[in-house]
Amino acid sequence: MTTARSGTSTMLRLSLLMILILLSGCGLKPWVKPYERNHLADPIMQFSRDPVSSAYISHVYEAREGARGAEGSQGGGCGCN
Amino acid sequence: MRTINLARTMRICMLLLFVAATGAIHAEEISGAAPDFTLKSRSGKNLKLSEFRGQVVMLNFWASWCGPCRQEMPLLDQLYQRYRSMGFTILAVNVEDTSGDALKMLEEVPVRFPVLFDPDNAVSDTYGVEAMPSTVLIDRDGNMRYAHLGYMPGYELDYDREIKGLIRE
Amino acid sequence: MAVIRRKTKRRLWITLIVLLCLLAPLLLLAAVLPEDRLDALYHSYNGVGVEVDGPSILWRKKIGGYSSISANYYIDAISSASIDAVSSASPYKEKRIEKSVGGDFLLNTAIMTLGYSTSDENDFNAKTASFSLSQDMFGDLTTVTMGYVRGWDQIGKNGDPVFSEEANRQSFRIGVSQVMSRNAVVALNLETVTDEGFLNNPYRSVRYLDSTSASGYSFEPEVYPRTHTSNAIALHTRYYLPYRASLLGEYRYFTDSWGIRANNIALGYTHPYRDHWIFDLRYRYYTQDDADFYNDLFPYRQSQNFLARDKELSRFKNQTVGLSVSYEINPKNWKFIDRGSINLSYDHIRFNYDNFRDITQGAAVGQEPLYHFSADVLQFYLSLWY
Repeated sequence: MTTARSGTSTMLRLSLLMILILLSGCGLKPWVKPYERNHLADPIMQFSRDPVSSAYISHVYEAREGARGAEGSQGGGCGCN
Repeated sequence: MRTINLARTMRICMLLLFVAATGAIHAEEISGAAPDFTLKSRSGKNLKLSEFRGQVVMLNFWASWCGPCRQEMPLLDQLYQRYRSMGFTILAVNVEDTSGDALKMLEEVPVRFPVLFDPDNAVSDTYGVEAMPSTVLIDRDGNMRYAHLGYMPGYELDYDREIKGLIRE
Repeated sequence: MAVIRRKTKRRLWITLIVLLCLLAPLLLLAAVLPEDRLDALYHSYNGVGVEVDGPSILWRKKIGGYSSISANYYIDAISSASIDAVSSASPYKEKRIEKSVGGDFLLNTAIMTLGYSTSDENDFNAKTASFSLSQDMFGDLTTVTMGYVRGWDQIGKNGDPVFSEEANRQSFRIGVSQVMSRNAVVALNLETVTDEGFLNNPYRSVRYLDSTSASGYSFEPEVYPRTHTSNAIALHTRYYLPYRASLLGEYRYFTDSWGIRANNIALGYTHPYRDHWIFDLRYRYYTQDDADFYNDLFPYRQSQNFLARDKELSRFKNQTVGLSVSYEINPKNWKFIDRGSINLSYDHIRFNYDNFRDITQGAAVGQEPLYHFSADVLQFYLSLWY
């Protein structure tokens, strides 16, 4: 019971920390110009190029391991729009 | 504590977020003389921006790796066809280090307006390009009038309206 | 207790939503919807005595430029049985069908994703609903994603028409992805999952020392707690190599209210070759500690409130080595298709258990060899972009 409660408090603290880090980034100018993103836009730089395959492999592991969650990310890419 | 009503808070914040989001800048009126530049074009000839004084110029910064740029190109070509006889041109500035990928894309997405190459990004820096693609509309006197950041379906209607307005001036 | 948990969760939600609203003025542009595509995958898992294979079809289409819908149809056809079942229950053939639909909506500068999926087997049904919001910020160098998932499980038991249990799931996740340089992206994800209800397997048993039994041990049904809360934090990184290749690095730390602690790292290398080929190499290492109430052999009947002998909750390690090959097809004369790719992927996973024993190998009770096995995972798929 206490583990569950402290688990949620840990999440709360970590999330607040992440948001504070973001807020502190306010004054910074983007250090990668939009026209410098050709490498980041390359499909080989995606975290997951094939969503069907990634989802399947995640399922293979989750069904056989005790751990779950925190997989998959978005972001990087061409930064268009 | 108990009085925090989650549903109400969520609704208020979603509304604030939506209002802020809709107010986000992706198109604005700007002013000032458009900085002059000279860049090599697709045909090999050097083109200078000031040569186009007297015409309405749409400056479009693009790259072959940019999805929305690819989407936008055919629509820009349509605008070019529609208004070129009334004193309008598009200068599409490619921002990539080498021209190979850009030329390959132009084979797949052919356009009739001039394409210029800015491999060292000097012109992109001068114009403070903040998003891909970026579009600047310049009037017949060489002044910047409108800026668009990014491309979303429907922007071409804004472009059409603005070009028409600038042509009539 | 449940009230306190709910209040903390509520405070967490409110804090995050308010902070996101405060950040709103800093949000400029963002967001590109996922591409239109059709993927048809054949998957096959071949472990010792267990074979699971089937198709997975994904279809995705943009609608009107500001939204994108997707649908997925997935089947697991299971034959044979895993060691837990072989040791103390009957083998089976089973089929699980999973259907999902989803929508991505471009809300000016954010992408909102909604999803709904159902999973059906003859003794288990699950429904899942998900919501997530993704926002690009700070010149599009940062992407923040928040997600909430809710699930409802219905558990039955073959051969027992009266048996019917339920379990509910909730998960909350937050992720930040950050462009570090022209060549590097880093992402940090946090996820909390809570389950409530009937959380064990109605067919599985634990064993306890029993001198009255011929084998020296007997079985009793497993008993799990009715709640389970877990936290995971993961770091994902991608780095671009100048000759056009990329490196992948991942690390995850997991901990839960059942006493399980797990770590895994993964490394990957992606290498395009000429115009059409892409090769991927990967390695993954996973290690976990057992659950508090896990034991391979309990000292006597009903020795604890909670009893588990599920190897998934034991102390073990696994390692995976994998290779993928992809061939891109760019036909100029296909009218509706932009490009496509044919892909083959192979992973070899080796499991080594530290405190789960293979009781099919006759030996003195509690001295049976520790269980280990290898599995081959094969994927063959075709992707089309249109």
